[in-house]
Amino acid sequence: MSQSRHGDDRTAVEPKDLSGAQRDELSAIIARFETVEGATLPILHAIQSAFGFIPPAAAPIVAEKLNRSRAEIHGVVTFYHDFRSQPAGRHVLKLCRAEACQSMGAERVARLVEAGLGVTMGETTADGRVTLEPVYCLGLCAVAPAAMVDGRVVGRLDEAKAGALIAEVAP
Amino acid sequence: MTMRIFVPGDSGALAVGADAVAAAITAEAARQELAVTLVRNGSRGLYWLEPLVEVETPAGRIAFGPVAPSDVPELVAALADPSPRGEGPPRGGGGAAPFTTHPLYLGLTEEIPFLKRQTRFTFARCGVVDPLSLDDYKAAGGLKGLAAALALAPEAIVDQVTQSGLRGRGGAGFPTGIKWKTVLAAEGSRKFVVTNADEGDSGTFADRMLMEGDPLILIEGMIIAGLAVGASHGYIYSRSEYPHANDVMAKALAIAERAGLLGTDILGSGRSFSIELRIGAGAYVCGEETALLESIEGKRGQVRAKPPLPAIKGLFGAPTVINNVLSLASVPFILAEGPAAFAAVGFGRSRGTMAVQLAGNIRHGGLFETGFGITLGALVDDIGGGTATGRPVKAVQVGGPLGAYFPPALFDTPFDYEAFAARDGLIGHGGIVVFDDTVEMARQARFAMEFCAIESCGKCTPCRIGSTRGVEVVDRIIAGRDVDANAALLADLCETMKFGSLCALGGFTPYPVMSALTHFREDFGLLPPNGRMEAAE
Ligand SMILES: Cc1cc2nc3c(=O)[nH]c(=O)nc-3n(C[C@H](O)[C@H](O)[C@H](O)COP(=O)(O)O)c2cc1C
Ligand code: SF4
Ligand code: FES
Repeated sequence: MSQSRHGDDRTAVEPKDLSGAQRDELSAIIARFETVEGATLPILHAIQSAFGFIPPAAAPIVAEKLNRSRAEIHGVVTFYHDFRSQPAGRHVLKLCRAEACQSMGAERVARLVEAGLGVTMGETTADGRVTLEPVYCLGLCAVAPAAMVDGRVVGRLDEAKAGALIAEVAP
Repeated sequence: MTMRIFVPGDSGALAVGADAVAAAITAEAARQELAVTLVRNGSRGLYWLEPLVEVETPAGRIAFGPVAPSDVPELVAALADPSPRGEGPPRGGGGAAPFTTHPLYLGLTEEIPFLKRQTRFTFARCGVVDPLSLDDYKAAGGLKGLAAALALAPEAIVDQVTQSGLRGRGGAGFPTGIKWKTVLAAEGSRKFVVTNADEGDSGTFADRMLMEGDPLILIEGMIIAGLAVGASHGYIYSRSEYPHANDVMAKALAIAERAGLLGTDILGSGRSFSIELRIGAGAYVCGEETALLESIEGKRGQVRAKPPLPAIKGLFGAPTVINNVLSLASVPFILAEGPAAFAAVGFGRSRGTMAVQLAGNIRHGGLFETGFGITLGALVDDIGGGTATGRPVKAVQVGGPLGAYFPPALFDTPFDYEAFAARDGLIGHGGIVVFDDTVEMARQARFAMEFCAIESCGKCTPCRIGSTRGVEVVDRIIAGRDVDANAALLADLCETMKFGSLCALGGFTPYPVMSALTHFREDFGLLPPNGRMEAAE
């Protein structure tokens, strides 16, 4: 189970250095949360929304600013499913895999989308266009099966709608 | 005169095209020269009818649904037709307005049986008002609870909550008044109120719907909690999977701050309370209260051992009230109408109303707020209308991914904490997920174990390792290998998880697994309890 948070070794990603501009941006983000108690998650969210992922080289800087160890910050980044250590595709398509969606055929939809995009759950297409991810409940359980495309919600997914989604993200 | 038209901005409505419908109405009204004010309300919770479009008439609000953008030109034409305007719906007598013959016409919204049969204490305004209008909120009874609380001593507020019999709606059903009393009595230079809005259970969406449809009620409830226990700062911990709810909540907080509802002088009382919205990062276990507190503190979402209780030593080491969205949102009603009004409905020790969420393969999916005690069968068959596919119901999972699967044979179970526990189940946060006869229950048991493995915080071995072993054992059963021995092994494993886990993720995963194994033995390739296969009869 590649999604489990145990034994998932994201340190394998080569830490790349940040450019000067990126360093400045990072400092500005951290400074924004100076007065916030327990700022780690808000900072990591802000970094991911600015950079598209949490650059491995950012973790030590965050650690230093927050007076925490690198290992601690690394531990936080790897614990939460949302935080990425690599950039995602240009579009992120999340398909709900939880029970209410299962009861309305989410598994069939998932197989269809996987086949249509040529990837399996958790992967990004070779052209970098789409990342396909599982999600466990979007609170759309009464209009199941549900999905989210770049933050936009989609419900009552059937074959036709799944096809339209594929066409939208990977034309 | 301009006509007020309501198109929900709720995610469940957006997911089925509400934005396109709203845009079409605006464009079409302009084209047909009909003066329209469009309000983006929350959802009424009748999701099978979404997008549900409502129109204000002298007789009350009338509904149309589910509306597609292609239905809009005809709908607007019918609404614009001046012939017997103002007469309202036909059954009210007088000449029938032209829109009453529209194929999507549903009559007066309040008269739709699914809505009419409910008892709406907490969701009274949801879907009715503009969620971000403080004027609407006040006009519909908002802030009455807070006004009452401001006139009371902290002990008296806590007493009212205790007398109401309110139990936590997050799942465990712990009496809210007792929790508050502990925090009130606890020593601390500062205290916190934390809203658990990490609604991760599949089949549940009540917190989301309320935050999107009536966010001010949560703010009011939190302020009252702050007054009750002596806290002046609060957090709402929501989930990243709910971007729309978070957006509405953030806007509502800004509105409340500007109006002086939050801040250093609540409604001129000299008391202070502020609220910060925090967003999780995709971790189911962060719904567990101590993991949630760790997460706000910026740590891995690992469960803390109890004691100390969060009420004594919670967020940043300070006494903390942590409650579910619906628990806190129940409080304004209790303060405004009195604890007796709340306690007057319910069943046994479960007082007040529960926001039951009908989800999955169900014809009438949605939110049904009702007094405790209604049977599971009434909810699924009468109110829910059976499956969406029209096939027979085979199983329903109640209470999220840690809840048991019940067969229709148990449909006489009343919706109540104790009654479900007596049948090895739980009501949790009130979600009911319906499955038709195509479901394979061994696969559902497998998923329960898989989900536990994915979401385990890793602290205890039975949960972390046991769940992965569980997946393997179910896989062997599905493959038909040593089925009896592996079923026994699965039951053993569940015992170990149940008694060796620190929190309910590892401790309750056995509920869905064992209920599937007990009630649906054939799906595991086992003989049914009477020892004979049905086919052999
Ligand atoms: C794995 C796990 C997930 C939970 N998820 C939630 C949740 O999403 N929302 C919630 O209110 N309570 C959740 N709980 C229950 C909380 O630990 C806690 O009981 C609740 O927030 C207390 O508030 P209440 O008394 O108002 O229900 C969860 C518990 C566990 C073990
Ligand atoms: S039971 Fe699982 S989720 Fe709960 S504390 Fe133990 S390892 Fe963590
Ligand atoms: S289970 Fe898929 S949206 Fe809730």
